[in-house]
Amino acid sequence: MSEFFLELKDLRVHFPTADGLVKSVDGLSFSLERGKTLGIVGESGSGKSVTSLAILGLHKGAQVSGEIRLGGQELVGASPEEVRLLRGKRMAMIFQDPLSALHPFYTVGQQIIEAYRLHNKVTKQVARKHAIDLLARVGIPQPQSRVDDYPHQFSGGMRQRAMIAMALSCDPELLIADEPTTALDVTVQAQILDLILDLQAEFRSAVVIITHDLGVVAELADDILVMYGGRMAEYGPAAEIFEQPRHPYTWGLLGSMPRLDRERSDRLTPIPGTPPSLINVPPGCAFHPRCGYAERTGGASTTVVPELADDGSGHRAACHLALETRKRIWESEVRPNL
Amino acid sequence: MTETTPAGAEAEAPARRQETMLEVSGLRKHFPVRRGLLQRAVGAVKAVDGLDFSVTKGETLSLVGESGCGKTTTGRLLTRLLEPSHGRVVLEGNDITHLSAAKLRPLRRDVQMVFQDPFSSLNPRHTVGTIIGAAFKLQKMPTEHGVKRAVQDLLQLVGLNPEHYNRYPHEFSGGQRQRIGIARTLALRPKLIVADEPVSALDVSIQAQVINLLEDLQEELGLTYVMIAHDLSVVRHVSDRVAVMYLGKIVELADAKSLYSTPHHPYTVALLSAVPVPDPTRRTKRERIRLSGDVPSPLSPPPGCRFSTRCWKAQDICRTTEPPLAALRTGHQVACHFPENTEATAPA
Repeated sequence: MSEFFLELKDLRVHFPTADGLVKSVDGLSFSLERGKTLGIVGESGSGKSVTSLAILGLHKGAQVSGEIRLGGQELVGASPEEVRLLRGKRMAMIFQDPLSALHPFYTVGQQIIEAYRLHNKVTKQVARKHAIDLLARVGIPQPQSRVDDYPHQFSGGMRQRAMIAMALSCDPELLIADEPTTALDVTVQAQILDLILDLQAEFRSAVVIITHDLGVVAELADDILVMYGGRMAEYGPAAEIFEQPRHPYTWGLLGSMPRLDRERSDRLTPIPGTPPSLINVPPGCAFHPRCGYAERTGGASTTVVPELADDGSGHRAACHLALETRKRIWESEVRPNL
Repeated sequence: MTETTPAGAEAEAPARRQETMLEVSGLRKHFPVRRGLLQRAVGAVKAVDGLDFSVTKGETLSLVGESGCGKTTTGRLLTRLLEPSHGRVVLEGNDITHLSAAKLRPLRRDVQMVFQDPFSSLNPRHTVGTIIGAAFKLQKMPTEHGVKRAVQDLLQLVGLNPEHYNRYPHEFSGGQRQRIGIARTLALRPKLIVADEPVSALDVSIQAQVINLLEDLQEELGLTYVMIAHDLSVVRHVSDRVAVMYLGKIVELADAKSLYSTPHHPYTVALLSAVPVPDPTRRTKRERIRLSGDVPSPLSPPPGCRFSTRCWKAQDICRTTEPPLAALRTGHQVACHFPENTEATAPA
């Protein structure tokens, strides 16, 4: 039995549309153990959200190929009934905007109870007590009365806590959090991130956190996966991704953010251009039109999709430039200007 | 915008101080809450509840705060999209607080607004040329070579292709739409631009492009900005001075450098410590201040200091007496009975 609870191998998720085939995810592979957190970082159109929906079987009309193994069970090609039994019980998701993700017509308690009773044969009273315990566990004051409140009666932070309670109701082994704090104020964000960390330690869940915020991912993730144009650009332990990034896109992200922990710079260094269309992904390396180092690849970046190469210690990057070249560029050209 | 040394800033400041672009005093906006058949006012949402500040020509003042602090409402009061309930807004010496729409119209050339959402702030049924050109037509502004040429010049100025004059908003990306919004505000060569969260709806790599554009334009055209934002890292990068708002009031106002290095108001301290830093090694070491609970409702703000219900240092006086916004020795303005980091302000 594999030590990894979640394993993805060459996942592809394509959506046929009137304008063409949208290749949202185009060859993604990674594995995750229980008790560890993977941060998936990317901008709009990188494929990060579609990845999580594919794992949960929530994609509709998509052509999915590759493998998704959850606790040894293959999800790609599994029947909807099989996936429904797993959803909520072994894997759960926290969505970005709790106001739109929670049903406005049902109380928070009813929504938590529904999930719990779907997977456990218990009475309503037992389920209700469980819901109240969960609300207390996620830090909602007066849970006995708030369990009968509707989502709109909660503040943003409380709603997100309620959604976390719902996701955890069946002790899932995998928790996917898709931009869980983007819609929240920064002080509430801090509380929610702390909560996710505490709960992970308590339940030993495997956590996937999807975000565009490098600060959030630095707080939570053990490993980081950087996605671009539906593919993996870089993957490695969090500290290494920040201290020794090995992909020009990651360099670009780090350079374009203003940071509180550094001296204020006169000018930010944005990545020129815009994220690619997933219908017309640029040939070769998807990032080449925006990459300042594309000319140094001798033409390969415009024709050949770069392979994901491991540097020997688990740190992987998909780039045509040689590892030594990238190390040199980082040390001498990129890092001094950050 | 470059950092100046303290001596340089002192030398510059007196000259700039003489040119006040905007002066706000006692600004309040209360939205009545009406109930019942007769729609009686049973209370009021005190969205903005007593602001005093001024904006110097050429500077960038940022208003920061979390949801419900009143910063967006303040932005709309400054551009007179809303009329204040009390207090005064004075633009370049003109009291615009209660001016009628007709009297305001000529002044709208001088004050413009950039909106947060690049998707809903542009009319999807108008071409880009019409959107930007509308300003010239509405204000009957004369142009040197015609409206079309003026619009194309503006597109070029914000880094867009002038040949896309006849395209519709949906044909552009979010970042490009935000540039269109900026071009629209610049049409009448305003003096003051209020930017309400101009980059928060954009991807990180595009945010940097638009931030750089705003800074370049400020230098080229001598613009004054009031920036409304919640992203503290972006705010530090673009601002000269920062006002921190909480529940309709300003709790701290200082130049950007001092605010970030020595915040005095407990709320500012908590806010800064809550920002996640993109450095995994800091994860365990940083002591973060955890604020308990949520922001109280602006329908019934707490008596005394509004922050007292969540403040870890609140004493009895905090719950009964509202602290005024007072200047410390350093020029920092703080509304607190027990400000933090005051050893830093003590004379050497």
